[in-house]
Amino acid sequence: MYERMWEALGLDLNAHQALLDTLGPIYESIYLSQKNRPKGMEYFDQVVACIHGARIEELLKAKETGNLVIGTFCVFVPEEIVWAGGGICVGLCAGAEVGFEEAEQVLPRNLCPLIKAFFGFKLARVCPYVEACDFVVGETTCDGKKKAYEIFHEFKETYVMQVPQKKDPQSFNLWFAEVKRFKEKIEEASGKEITAEDLRQGINLINKRREALNRLNRLRQNDPPPISGLDALLINQIAFYDDPERFTTQLNTLCDELEERVKQGKGVCPKGSPRIVISGCPMAIPNWKLPYIVESLGAVIVGEESCVGRRNTRDLVNPAGETVEDLLKAIAERYMKIDCAIFTPNPDRAENLRAMVEELSAHGVIHYSLKFCDPYTVEVYQTDRAVSTKVPTLKIETDYSQEDVEQIRTRVEAFLELLR
Amino acid sequence: MRIAGLDIGSRTIKLFLLEDGRVKDFRYVETSYDPKAKIKNLLGKVEYDQLVATGYGRNLAQAHFGAETITEIRAHALGVRYLFPEARTILDIGGQDTKAIALSPEGQVIKFEMNDRCAAGTGRFLEIMAMALGVDLPGLSELALEATHAAQISSLCTVFAESEVVGLIGRGEDRRMIAKGVILSIAKRSVSLLKRVKVHPPVVFTGGVAKNKALVKALEELLKVHVLVPENPQITGALGAALSAKFL
Repeated sequence: MYERMWEALGLDLNAHQALLDTLGPIYESIYLSQKNRPKGMEYFDQVVACIHGARIEELLKAKETGNLVIGTFCVFVPEEIVWAGGGICVGLCAGAEVGFEEAEQVLPRNLCPLIKAFFGFKLARVCPYVEACDFVVGETTCDGKKKAYEIFHEFKETYVMQVPQKKDPQSFNLWFAEVKRFKEKIEEASGKEITAEDLRQGINLINKRREALNRLNRLRQNDPPPISGLDALLINQIAFYDDPERFTTQLNTLCDELEERVKQGKGVCPKGSPRIVISGCPMAIPNWKLPYIVESLGAVIVGEESCVGRRNTRDLVNPAGETVEDLLKAIAERYMKIDCAIFTPNPDRAENLRAMVEELSAHGVIHYSLKFCDPYTVEVYQTDRAVSTKVPTLKIETDYSQEDVEQIRTRVEAFLELLR
Repeated sequence: MRIAGLDIGSRTIKLFLLEDGRVKDFRYVETSYDPKAKIKNLLGKVEYDQLVATGYGRNLAQAHFGAETITEIRAHALGVRYLFPEARTILDIGGQDTKAIALSPEGQVIKFEMNDRCAAGTGRFLEIMAMALGVDLPGLSELALEATHAAQISSLCTVFAESEVVGLIGRGEDRRMIAKGVILSIAKRSVSLLKRVKVHPPVVFTGGVAKNKALVKALEELLKVHVLVPENPQITGALGAALSAKFL
């Protein structure tokens, strides 16, 4: 029913259909087969079932009425400003080995799979989101992405924000200037001035979404947790592209149900099941490889120290400012708190992980790195030191391929034996 | 009570039988392309009350033969401590995996590390190198023990290292020195894996590769400790699986 829309967007219909055909059974075996799922997950299942249909239709409708659609790859892009400008912000898919052959024609083979994936989705013409965007916003986080955006711009207009690498006052000033410049870019693209009231609305919209996600995270402190790590990860992934207002409402409804479950002592697994925190690189949709292995072995993931997880939700923007300048500064301050491994030094991340392990009563931490991701792979030294005196830890370095699933399963299984 | 421990590795399947806690029998066969048939055949020859499987094919044994399963890490820890009650560090090199395991004084697994997804530095690596040198596995060990020095093998990738060996042969390098170079490259890689879990003596070396005397000697020289090797190092995992029955 959406073929005509996909065709108009310039997708390769055959390749796109093949992608949807593989995703369906994977989702079924990983998600729908889970036991004791809360009823409120039905909404999120529906969103995934219609991942390239209904939401794309909404984006195209919004464009018809003159609103911007902006694509992003990173939690550093201050989306409040996009919403304040009447636009829509969507996080783009980069979680599957799709179009790697095409991507490797422009990129080196030995590169982070996330970067290869966002190129792959674009070059293989299978992502309606990137096609629906007016332009995409990149950021100078890691070297791989920074250089890749230069090339990506040849295929899709890419506006790049400069993210500093330190957290001193000079760096803040640089970032604050970048946030202001971004606001001007959005104003210029939309032809509409952004007022303080617009900003407040954008801030409140996203704050509410983050609050709902944090509420979900807090509910996972219970033993047994009322929701699986796989489902919580999915909700975090969907947060990047669903309509924020509807998403927040649905998530709060789910959390009401989860609170009820907790009161009744019900959970997704038996009380006392091993509780794991996953720390490190982002898991973009549909990258469920490691959480699936962990939870299919009888453990439960209680937290994600990740951009698709706590790094994206922890801090809110202070909405109290009066003027546009005040509010932009509050936005800049909030984003500078992000404890991404591209910062040097980055002590907050180790401390945040330590605090998560404590508040979630985790029994173990799995450090998750994507292959060729230098910042996170190197920083494991510090994050591991912050937690390994308290709980056992395991390091997993992998990519989107399936060839190492059995080896990872053995490691995780042995790790879980060690926790018992 | 007869307990069968089964270790389904990438190259061989090992079976161990315990009767009332005493060693009864052990045997092993090649895994081949049809491990299920091999397991069936092996199990058909013995009688047991309980079956515990480990190794990469453990889930196969669970699905088809009603086995309980434990990981290789735990199996080796249990097997090694049965043979060497004081052991604190284990190096296990099998057909496609290398594992380093640190044990507490009580024998609990504290930490473990495994090689990456490729077969670098494993039994398979040794087989390929032996073939390139025109000897069998014991022959490779003998050659290396005769060497006065080691040829430089810098690549850890099985495929690249084979090219390197072929290159050395082409340049007329003495086979014995190449063999020692091959052994030394595995030894160095194993030591770096061991150091990641911290080496605490007594150190026990298990897995089929532990039969290689030249490698044991190279490890002892690099680690500067005595390395203990069980009489049948390749069956430690199956023994551990059988022993685990009382903990399951």
